[in-house]
Amino acid sequence: MTAISDRRQLAYVASQAAEARVNLELETEGMTLNIGPQHPATHGTLRIVAQLDGEQVIQAEPIMGYMHRGYEKLTEVRTYPQVTTLVNRIDWLGSFANEVPFILACEQLMDIEAPPRAQHIRTILHEMARMAHVTLFLGDLGVQLGAITPVFYAFRDREHILNQIESATGGRFHPNFDRIGGVKDDLPAGWIAESKQAVRKIRDFCNTIEDLLFGNEIFQARTRGIGVIPADIGLSYGLSGANIRASGVDWDLRRDNPNGLAYDKVDWKVWTHPDGDSFARSWVRLQEVREACNIVEQLLDTLPKGPIMAKVPRIIKVPEGEAYVSTENPLGEMGYYVVSKGGLTPFRVKIRTASFNNMSITPWVLKGTYVPDVITILASLYFILGDIDR
Amino acid sequence: MGLVPGLATGLGITFKEIIKTVVKGAETVQYPHEKEEPAPRARGVIALHEENCTSCMLCARECPDWCIYIEGHKELAPPRRAGGKPRSVNKLDRFDIDYSLCMYCGICVEVCPFEALFWSPEYEYSELKIADLLHDKTKLGKWMTTVPEFEAYEAGAEVKAKKVPALEKK
Amino acid sequence: MDPYLLDGVDFGDVVLSVAKAILAFVICLVATMFMVWFERKVVSRLQNRIGPNTSGPFGILQTLMDGIKLFFKEDNIPKEADPFVFRLAPYLSLIPAFLTFTLIPLGGDFNNGNDGAVTVFGRETFLQVADPPVGILFFLAMSSLGIYGIMLAGWASGSKYPLLGSVRASAQAISYEAALGLSLAAVVLVTGGLSMNSIVMQQAGEGFGGIIPNFNIIVTGFIPFAVFLIAGTAELNRPPFDLVEAEQELVGGFHTEYSGIRFALFFLAEFMNTVTMAAIIVTLFFGGPAGPAFLGSTLGWLTGMFWFLLKLLVFLFAFVWFRASLPRFRYDQLMSLGWKLLIPLSLGWLLVLAGIRVARNGDLGIADSAFGDTLIVIGVAFAILLIGMYVLRSAMTNARRDRLIAAGFNPREVN
Repeated sequence: MTAISDRRQLAYVASQAAEARVNLELETEGMTLNIGPQHPATHGTLRIVAQLDGEQVIQAEPIMGYMHRGYEKLTEVRTYPQVTTLVNRIDWLGSFANEVPFILACEQLMDIEAPPRAQHIRTILHEMARMAHVTLFLGDLGVQLGAITPVFYAFRDREHILNQIESATGGRFHPNFDRIGGVKDDLPAGWIAESKQAVRKIRDFCNTIEDLLFGNEIFQARTRGIGVIPADIGLSYGLSGANIRASGVDWDLRRDNPNGLAYDKVDWKVWTHPDGDSFARSWVRLQEVREACNIVEQLLDTLPKGPIMAKVPRIIKVPEGEAYVSTENPLGEMGYYVVSKGGLTPFRVKIRTASFNNMSITPWVLKGTYVPDVITILASLYFILGDIDR
Repeated sequence: MGLVPGLATGLGITFKEIIKTVVKGAETVQYPHEKEEPAPRARGVIALHEENCTSCMLCARECPDWCIYIEGHKELAPPRRAGGKPRSVNKLDRFDIDYSLCMYCGICVEVCPFEALFWSPEYEYSELKIADLLHDKTKLGKWMTTVPEFEAYEAGAEVKAKKVPALEKK
Repeated sequence: MDPYLLDGVDFGDVVLSVAKAILAFVICLVATMFMVWFERKVVSRLQNRIGPNTSGPFGILQTLMDGIKLFFKEDNIPKEADPFVFRLAPYLSLIPAFLTFTLIPLGGDFNNGNDGAVTVFGRETFLQVADPPVGILFFLAMSSLGIYGIMLAGWASGSKYPLLGSVRASAQAISYEAALGLSLAAVVLVTGGLSMNSIVMQQAGEGFGGIIPNFNIIVTGFIPFAVFLIAGTAELNRPPFDLVEAEQELVGGFHTEYSGIRFALFFLAEFMNTVTMAAIIVTLFFGGPAGPAFLGSTLGWLTGMFWFLLKLLVFLFAFVWFRASLPRFRYDQLMSLGWKLLIPLSLGWLLVLAGIRVARNGDLGIADSAFGDTLIVIGVAFAILLIGMYVLRSAMTNARRDRLIAAGFNPREVN
């Protein structure tokens, strides 16, 4: 009856339909539902055109680009130091994490390596961005499922991390702290102790949210077995980050490609989950916040002495060449492909954002689900509109 | 499922929270009545120390969205030592920052070679008209009083803490 | 029947009736307004926030302010809407909500076999607007009618999200009405009457050991109460069963297209329903105005009021608490919870309860004593329940397998 070609997906749809006593052969008049661009669940301006049969989605197509801001083009008319402040705004929740791959790409082209202290500070802030980012995800997940409380706890506890980011970088949301060859400034006195307290608060939050949400039977019924993405399908759509790790693929750029960052100096673990469903994606993210707490605590203890800037010319000109560097951002793999012609500005920057690829699987994964599941799956795939549209 | 169903655990958590809130009070900061102190490094508003400015235009050129407007002219100043030649100095006529365009990236403060620009954590300068967000040099100069002393650095840092010139004079 | 209506109706009786109706309406409105404030305040506390605090002391006038604001908002009727039904729907939702409230005994002294009547202007009357002999059935009727408001609102909006909401509402109402009715039947069975007053009177007596009150929650064995609480929450469309207006899925559900005063009416109806449902639960399972018998009635007829309000507050808090803590069910999960768990459970429990009652009266005569009979009945009943559960489960599994085979799948592969 439907235009589902994948056998495995058809089986999933059939099992869903059988569960809900919907007869697969009974065809009714369909309905096209526009989820978005103005819809509470699309946190921004994502639009999903869904063909519905009753409440079951037959076909869904994400329409992106309502928030396109043209960052790739803008970077071509900005000098290298100016680009950092622009790319801050791509994924606005984990803004520091956006700067890092660009800076690393430039450093690779200029053949500079940041001093160890700068690398540590970078990694700490990178993980703090992840904490602030994913903490909000965990709260938002509750809201998408109708539990209104977690998001308030998330906002409350995230504030401590944001305060730490602000007191180190000066910017709460848009730090603009990473520089080619190091970081802008050293940490203020007392920052390490305060950060440890903030990290403790995030740990408490993780425990709270695990009890409040993840242990809840309704939450499990809503997320387990919903939106299952098999590993091969996920890889073929280019999923990255927690989304692919939840399908059992042990792939983390922090561990596999840590140059320029201090991840290889600490003891931590990459979490995976075999299920690949919404629950697995959320669970992996929860564990990642905890792991981020681990990483930050260890890095704070082992912060080396030394300078924070390598020797870098005052006016930055990147030698001719091209480089692609990607890091593991809160949302997944974020990479910059920088082409330089040796001038003050990049010749071309291609930004590979995680959300864009993560969203491209929606037509596949939303087939055969119900309208409430659309929301759950979108929430667990976790996207930031700015990250999709750039 | 453990001994206690997850539903009950969740209800217990929110109940603990209500007791905590009633006993200790909410964490909400009632903004106009209570205020939170931003960090000294917070990028609130840019202050201008006019004496140091040589209208070299570096900040205006480096600004990613070109929201700084500078005009200046050369002037002869009396010599430093008696009997010397009169110096030629750059006199600032106009230094405006359009805060309706500013992205608060801090590049201008960073590139200023003469320590004329400083960040102040002050944040209460919203206006009813967008045109009023264009701060001229007197207004920018007034922010100088709110600039905090630079913080000391964490142990192991090699960077030396800078001094704020306006505070030195006091 | 109210005692003052027994000996014919004169002009004074009419005045009293009208006065009671107006008073109840005022109480209901004030209670609803209080409930809105209470909900927002408690939810904010559960979430470590402050909540409304500027209008009036502790923000208690916030609801009034919201009402005034909504009253002056533009009343927007979409082009695609059916204007008459669109206008009608809020009232269809509000009026049943209030009519149910008239059934509830608000106070009165029920101790020592009193029937809770108080003397007003020389006339004996119950502290409830009406005590029709069909009491509970009237409540069921009104709660079904209330769904029409939601259904028609969704249909008449001429828009897709409200339509989905109203489809959900009607399905939800149909499936949970059954569970609601069956769990009520247990109460009716114990009481032997349908009138609310008789239900309260029956619960006012001394219970087991003189300390544990004779409330229906104990007499009917907790399960009808649990079923009623779940089905009642679903009937109210309150979280975790608020699929009808699920914000994240259906934007606003049935009231997506409503604005201004019409939206306010829906809002009012929803909270009025919440208050009423809490009051119904208190009356049916917790003795309503009747306190624990051994505590006596120190405050006269106010004792009843005190106990009633106290119990009501506990349930209102519980509703808010559930809302703050629990995520929402999915539509089909809600259906399967209703049909596969609540309805069989309440039906089976009703049969067990009936069997026990017959056996305790000694009418069966299987064993030598009534106690032996009861034990046998309980044993047989549980055996039947277990067998029934097994049959039901295997029937569901088989049906699912058949459907999968019919759709051309190997059931083992799909799971």
